[in-house]
Amino acid sequence: MNNNAGKGIRRVLIATGVTLSVLLLLTPLLLIFIAAFSAGIGGVIQNLSDADMLHAIGLTLLVAGITVPINLVFGTLIAWCVTRFTFPGRHLLLTLIDIPFAVSPVVAGLLYLLLYGSNGPFAHWLDAADMQLMFAWPGLVLVTIFVSCPFVVKELVPLMSTLGTEQEEAAVLLGASGWQVFWQITLPNIRWALLYGVILTNARAVGEFGAVSVVSGTIRGQTNTLPLHIELLQQDYNATGAFIAAALLTLMAIATLVVKAVLQSELHKTNT
Amino acid sequence: MRKLILATALVVSTLAHVPAHAKEILNSSYDISRELFAEINPLFVAHWQAKTGETLTINQSHGGSSRQAQAIIQGLRADVVTFNQSTDIDILHQRGKLLPENWRERLANNSSPYYSTMAFLVRKGNPKNIQDWADLTNEGVTLVFPNPKTSGNARYTYLGAYGAAKQRLADDAAARSWMVEFLKRVVVFDTGGRGATTSFIDRELGDVLITFESEVNNIIKQYPDLALERVVPKTNILAEFPVAWVDRNVARNGTETQAKAYLEFLYSEQAQRVLASYFYRVYDKTVVNDTAAQFPETQLFTVEDQFGSWDAVNTTHFGNNAELDKLLAEGRR
Repeated sequence: MNNNAGKGIRRVLIATGVTLSVLLLLTPLLLIFIAAFSAGIGGVIQNLSDADMLHAIGLTLLVAGITVPINLVFGTLIAWCVTRFTFPGRHLLLTLIDIPFAVSPVVAGLLYLLLYGSNGPFAHWLDAADMQLMFAWPGLVLVTIFVSCPFVVKELVPLMSTLGTEQEEAAVLLGASGWQVFWQITLPNIRWALLYGVILTNARAVGEFGAVSVVSGTIRGQTNTLPLHIELLQQDYNATGAFIAAALLTLMAIATLVVKAVLQSELHKTNT
Repeated sequence: MRKLILATALVVSTLAHVPAHAKEILNSSYDISRELFAEINPLFVAHWQAKTGETLTINQSHGGSSRQAQAIIQGLRADVVTFNQSTDIDILHQRGKLLPENWRERLANNSSPYYSTMAFLVRKGNPKNIQDWADLTNEGVTLVFPNPKTSGNARYTYLGAYGAAKQRLADDAAARSWMVEFLKRVVVFDTGGRGATTSFIDRELGDVLITFESEVNNIIKQYPDLALERVVPKTNILAEFPVAWVDRNVARNGTETQAKAYLEFLYSEQAQRVLASYFYRVYDKTVVNDTAAQFPETQLFTVEDQFGSWDAVNTTHFGNNAELDKLLAEGRR
């Protein structure tokens, strides 16, 4: 192949790549912000200061704020368990972890509803304790934990398998306790993957629609997360409000990416 | 760590937000009634405060009314339901025994404080000169309404058209063949009412959109530039908007008196005036007289009169391979 033809192909490929990213990624993003500001700054302020909108933002942060730490600990434990020990059922456990990815979020929501709803096996006990899980914020947290739980595990398992156990074994031989091994050997090795897992978990927790829509009951000002609020505003003929909420979600996603990039460069600095 | 602190702070603030003894009522309603209840609720809160000195909070949940009923059966603790289909309240009795079978008899007018009927939305100047159901099958007229299988709104349209045809035409065979022609004119069957509105307004499909009279007026108000017009046919179907308190939930929440008072308030002149301003037809004599001009006269028949019970209609007309499917199949032949 001569050089010119190679250049031509390269240009075509680059052009295709750029066009597709602009069409598929950048334009929709820009349109969201343009539509959000279509009613001017006043419209944005008015929609943002709406009590239901503020509550939806708070609730979304609350759900993510509980989900992320739980899945961080849970994911690390599982990954540690399956990569550092061999036991019967290890592969089964790894497959089980994949279930939240395999089933549709709507199905996940329905499963929780069947289990903890009025007709479920725990209904009587929950009723007696006057505990309301479904159609209240604890239900939103439960399903969000479910749908976002594989992210940390999925990031850690391949890495921890390739790292092997040599360093940790050496530490144990030199007299380190279990905690010391984890904090001083394992954690520094996996922090990257862990961070990435947390970011993915957070993104999913903030944006989840299907599962929470099933267990929410969409009570405005009580169980309405930001993604659900977008749908409601749309149905109210308040397209501007819907786009403002969508723009907020987008901003949260962009903020997550920025945090990731900043941490990445910080870690690089400390490593070199 | 920062997230953890944030989370704890939020949990505390959320929990602290609910005052321990303030009574709350949850009204589970159909999806397009938000503005309506956003206006009525403060009136009732003020009324209740003046009458008893108690401060109430009224929360709203909106969605398709069948879906709302499902959620209540699964455990959503709604104190009252304000639906647009009585079958969805019947289900609360049949599936969950959440309220008694005779809930209709507990409040006036079949427990329906307001009602509506079907109307046609036509384009500026009514170019196809649509005046009544019969005109819908004129040469070149196309229609938009949602799928009667998925939308309560469209079930009323289907039954309204069918009932009017039965009254207008000599025999059932003639009414049937008119229905075949009528259904053939539908350009798109959206799943819900708002979807059909989008098809008619944004995609500019069809000459006539058929939906509730209240919604037709609402759309005209939303799009003043289009100068759309409303036509109310002379013979028409009664669409009730039934309400009920959910006995099991009000017992658990200790809100029985408040829930009943809230629903009774919907019959008051004050609330009926708000309802009429959203183009729902009401019963209060004074309000009816004051707003007579905005509601054209029409002869209303009920589903029960023309077709028997809703249960029967759901199987004989909307079941698989029932009347609706047959009419559609004949139209394709």
